[in-house]
Parts: sequence; C-alpha cells; structure tokens
Amino acid sequence: MDDTALWIVSLLASTVRLATPLVLASLAGFYSERAGVVDIGLEGKMLTGAFAAAATAAVTGSPWAGLAAAIAASLLLALVHGFACITHRGDQVVAGVAINTIAAGLTAVLANAWFDLGGRTPSLDGGQRFLGLHFPLAEAVRGVPLLGRFYGEVIGGQNLLVYLAVLAVPATSWVAYRTRFGLRLRAVGENPAAVDTAGISVPWLRYRAVLITGLLCGVAGAYLSIAQGAGFQENMTAGKGYLALAALILGKWRPYPTLAGCLLFAATDALQARLQGVALPVVGAVPVQIIEVLPYILTVLLLAGFVGKSIPPKAAGQAYVKDR
Amino acid sequence: MSASTNSDGLPRWATLALLPAINLGAALVVSSLVILAIGQDPLSALAFMVKGAVGSGTGLSYTLYYATSLIFTGLAVAIANHAGLFNIGGEGQAYVGGLGTGLVCLALSGWPWYTVLPVAVLAGALFGAVWGLIPGYLQAYRGSHIVITTIMFNFLASALMVYLLGGPLIEHGQMAPESREFAESTFLPAVKEIAAGLGYRTSTLPLNLSLLLALLCAAGVWFLIWHTRWGFQMRTVGANEAAARYAGINARTTIVVAMAISGALAGLVGINELQGVQHRITLNFQAGMGFTGIAVALMGRGHPVGIVLSSLLFGALYQGGAELSFEYNEISPRLVVVIQGVVILFSGALEHMFRPALVRLLKPKAAASAAGQRA
Repeated sequence: MDDTALWIVSLLASTVRLATPLVLASLAGFYSERAGVVDIGLEGKMLTGAFAAAATAAVTGSPWAGLAAAIAASLLLALVHGFACITHRGDQVVAGVAINTIAAGLTAVLANAWFDLGGRTPSLDGGQRFLGLHFPLAEAVRGVPLLGRFYGEVIGGQNLLVYLAVLAVPATSWVAYRTRFGLRLRAVGENPAAVDTAGISVPWLRYRAVLITGLLCGVAGAYLSIAQGAGFQENMTAGKGYLALAALILGKWRPYPTLAGCLLFAATDALQARLQGVALPVVGAVPVQIIEVLPYILTVLLLAGFVGKSIPPKAAGQAYVKDR
Repeated sequence: MSASTNSDGLPRWATLALLPAINLGAALVVSSLVILAIGQDPLSALAFMVKGAVGSGTGLSYTLYYATSLIFTGLAVAIANHAGLFNIGGEGQAYVGGLGTGLVCLALSGWPWYTVLPVAVLAGALFGAVWGLIPGYLQAYRGSHIVITTIMFNFLASALMVYLLGGPLIEHGQMAPESREFAESTFLPAVKEIAAGLGYRTSTLPLNLSLLLALLCAAGVWFLIWHTRWGFQMRTVGANEAAARYAGINARTTIVVAMAISGALAGLVGINELQGVQHRITLNFQAGMGFTGIAVALMGRGHPVGIVLSSLLFGALYQGGAELSFEYNEISPRLVVVIQGVVILFSGALEHMFRPALVRLLKPKAAASAAGQRA
C-alpha cells in the first residue's frame, strides 16, 4: 500500500514539474490570442528563452541574470511577431512559423559557436539554477502517511518558477476578467472595430498583449533550461509550445480550463514515462506511443467538434485595417 | 498568405523576380550578421558555401538531391496555398508517404526497379494523401483549423513511425530503429549507374532518377493549377471561399481534394530518400524537408518554376552549409535553418512591408496621382 502511495506522490510531483512550462506558455498564448493575434510561435520564443537563460547563467553564474536574458530574448521575438502581424498586417501563422524556424536555427548555431559542445550549453551547477525550495516542517511531517510526502514533494520542494506559474493562473484570470485592460484585451480579440470606435488604439493594445506573451514564454523557456533542466540542448522544447497551444484550445481560451488541459497533458506525459513496458490490466502492455499521442488526438477531436466545441476569439488571425 | 495578384500595379517581373531577390538579399544580410556574431568572415563563408554547393560534381549532385525532396514539399505547400490552406503538415505527410513507399519496396523484393517504381509512387502518394486528406476533411466539414490539425498530425506521424520502426518493422536482431534493407533490384538508379551506362565513372552519389519525377510533378502542378477546372476551383476557393460557393463551386470537396494532392506530393519525398538513397525505412528520413517546403513555396511565389528554382537555392544552401560546417567548426549546419526562417519572415509575414514600398518606387507617377486623388 505504501508503494502505491509513493508511486502516486511521485507521479503527482512529476506532473506538476511537467505542467509548469505548459501552463506558462499556454497563458502566454492566452494574452496574444484573446487580443486577436494567433501565435504559433510560442515554441520558438520558449526555445530562445531556454537558450538565453542557460547561456547567460553559464557565463554569469546567476539564475536571475539567466531569467532576465530569457525574458529579453523572448520579448525581442514577440516584437518581431508584433511588427509583422500588427504593424505590417502580415499573416500571423506564417510569422509564427518564421519565428519558430529562426529560433530553431539560431539557438543551435549560437550554442555551437559559443560553447563548442555540439549544440549544448555547459551543464549548470546548483548555484546557477533555480532549485527546489524546502518548505518548513517538510522533514517533520514526512512520516505522516501520504499527506506528509504530498506536502514535502508535491506542494513543497518545487522551484520558484513553479510557484510563479501557479500564481500566474489566478493573476491572468483577474487581469482578463476584472480589469479595464482585460476587458479591452478580450474586446479587441472579438471586435477590434468597436474598440477602435471607443477611441482605444488597437495596435497598442495588441502590442501590449504580444509583449506579455513574450514575457511568459521567456519564463517558460528559462524554466526548461535553468530550473527543471541544467543546461540547453538543441530543440529542447520538443513541441511543448504546440502542446501549450493545444491546451489553450482545449481550455477554450479561458485560464482555468486551460490549466486543467495543461495538467491533463502533463499527467499523460508523466504516466507515459512510468508505463514503459508495464503490462496493464485488461489491455496488456500498451505501446508508450499510444499514451504519448493522446494529447494530440484529443486536440484534433476537440477542434473537430467531436468532444465539445472550442470556438476561438472571433477576430483571431485577422489583421485590423482601420479605414474600411 | 495572399495570392500574388498585381492589382496594386506592381509589374509582373517585379513580383516574380525582384521581390524574391530582395527577400534573398535580406536573408543573406541576416545570415551574414549571424556569421559575424560568431566571429567569422561572412564573405569567405558564403564563398565557401557556393563552392561547396556547385563547385564540384559531388557538391552539385548533393545539391540536386536535396532540391529533389524540396520540389516535392514545396509543390505540396504551394498547391494547398492556392486553395487558401496553410499546410504545415508536409513533414508528417512526407514521413507517412515514405512508409508507403518503403513497405512497397520491402514487399516487392526481387522485382526490377522500373516495375517497383510506379507502385512505390502510388503507395507514397496514397499514404501522404491520406495524411493530408484527414486534416482537409476536418477543416472543410468540421470547421477545425487546418494549421493546428496538421501540426498535430506531424506529431502523430512521428509517434507512429517511432512505434513501427521500434517494433513491427525493425530489422530482426538489430538495435537501430530501421527496417531491413530493400532488395537491391528495387533501388532507383543513381547518377553512378546512369553515368556508367553512358560510359562515365563516378563515385557513389545520392542524386537519382527521382529528380525527373519531381520535375514531372512540377509540370503536372502547373497544368493542374492553371489549365484545369479543378485548378480554377482551387484558386477561386483560395481567393474567396464565399464567392466560390456563390459561383456554384463545392468549396468543401475542393479543400479536401487540394489537401489530398498536397499530401500526395509531400508523400513522394520517400521515393528520393528511401528508394533512391537510404534503401531502408529510417527514423526521421525526411529531416525537416517538409518544413523547408514552406520557405521554398513562399520564395517561389507558388509557381512551379519558382519552386524548382528556390528548391535549387535551398538545396545549395543545405549542401553548402554542410560543407561549411566541415571547414569551419564554429559554424553549425543549422545555419541554413536560420536562413530559411528569415526567408519565411520576409517573403511571407512581411510581404506587406516590401510590396507597397516597391510599388511606390517603381511607379512614382501613378502613385503620386493616386495620392492626389485620395486627397
């Protein structure tokens, strides 16, 4: 029985760790997409953030400098996205693909040139990373069955960025539904002409949304390379940006359901790693790939309206032309 | 992505030649900056790349071999684009298409290559078409977004192939996730054999007969898009779906057909990579060719001639970049991915930045009078 409890606690802890980058990136996507700017480029911004964080932390020795560099690099790409899609009314999807491609190439080229480790950055030691925080009394209550370990390893023991991600969800919900900025943000994604008529600048509003997206993607990237991991590797986001986008769609572009989507995807990921070659009751050993693709299949089914219906912000994907 | 119309008064030659040249120039400037940033001399690096890509028979052969795959994926992206669809799924369609081609080559052991080829082409096209058709169907009939669905299908394709090559298709007794080698009789003739037939001796080079197939496909796409009823329907749906429906075009069917053809074209990458070169089904054999097809199609402005030319350019970049990274340890072959991204940015997402500027520059009088009328 204790084994099962241990297994569940470790599964939950791993789910939290895997969900964090998804939560940060999908909330990033929330701001951009609710403002009417489709963002396929979450992946690229995260990857760039991961590289900037690891490179800076390796050189300066400070995780905080790494985090700042990740945010700065990701913001820069967000500005490129805004420049192409808002200022020049370019195709938002194409701009996102461009950003992902540039990020995939540039991080590999720079990592290879600067560190000469075949596209990796040097391994970071404890002082250069965000490490797990030890919660008070975690050792003392460890003996309490289930709850003690749950407190010490799932609720506590995570690094700072995990708690930041946890806070980001209610914060986003509050900003989007309780502030003037949030109201305008949602309005500009549904009906930019109405916002314009009210005398509010559509481009400036959308630029702010895109910048928040950049900020959160930067944090997500830093989490991957200097909190969860200990260094950058080529293409280390490995589709997490797309998965975050899928979670956003699954959550129907709302913060809490999106969080649920992220947790679901993270749990399948955590489970998948633990079910390699394990024979399940009834079905027997399932190829891990089947569990691995569940998030993708779920997204396809959901988008096709087979499992509920997910309707994007009305003006998403369209550039706003003022004089029409 | 809008179709390249000349309604703003930009001359045709500027659309077809000057704009791509400017995009290429911008990409070269950015990549020069990157090379500078890593402390190398961009001019000598570029010269080395050009030499590596076209300076020798071997280099040229590799350039053309890469170009072959890019023609397939570039055409795939372009044909979907003509119907107003952004197919990011070329990568997955090429992967699954290659599975079809590979299975045929494995099954038809002992058949001569010229009898295997038609079956392998059909199988590759069919498998690729299915992988493109499903997202097309879901877009047309269920309203899901083609971009997201094709991205998801890339992941599904990847998982499927990892599963198949890790288990059911793995060569018996081997650790590497690959199928067994095809029978030698099924190999497509490579340059070596063709040259030997003509009395020349060369080393083993990857360029093979599938380049001809790619050029045939380019001609076929040109004919389909501009000289058939289907092509007209696709372009109409792409220009304005609502108008197409009013005109009595079945937009849904058109979307599904366009995605099926698009997937089929991408699915032919396996003919070049597997039947032509690898001679077995390997993990990730399509290696980004599907994604590069986006840059190829954008730069070629959706026209088969432009796509063949930009495939040659990107083929040269791939080969030149590989040579460059042998010579300069500091420069990763992934530099070509940066160039590709910059091309997508400038010729795709920022096309509204260059175009009006060019219009003003090339037609000063017309622009001035138009401005006068507006005022």
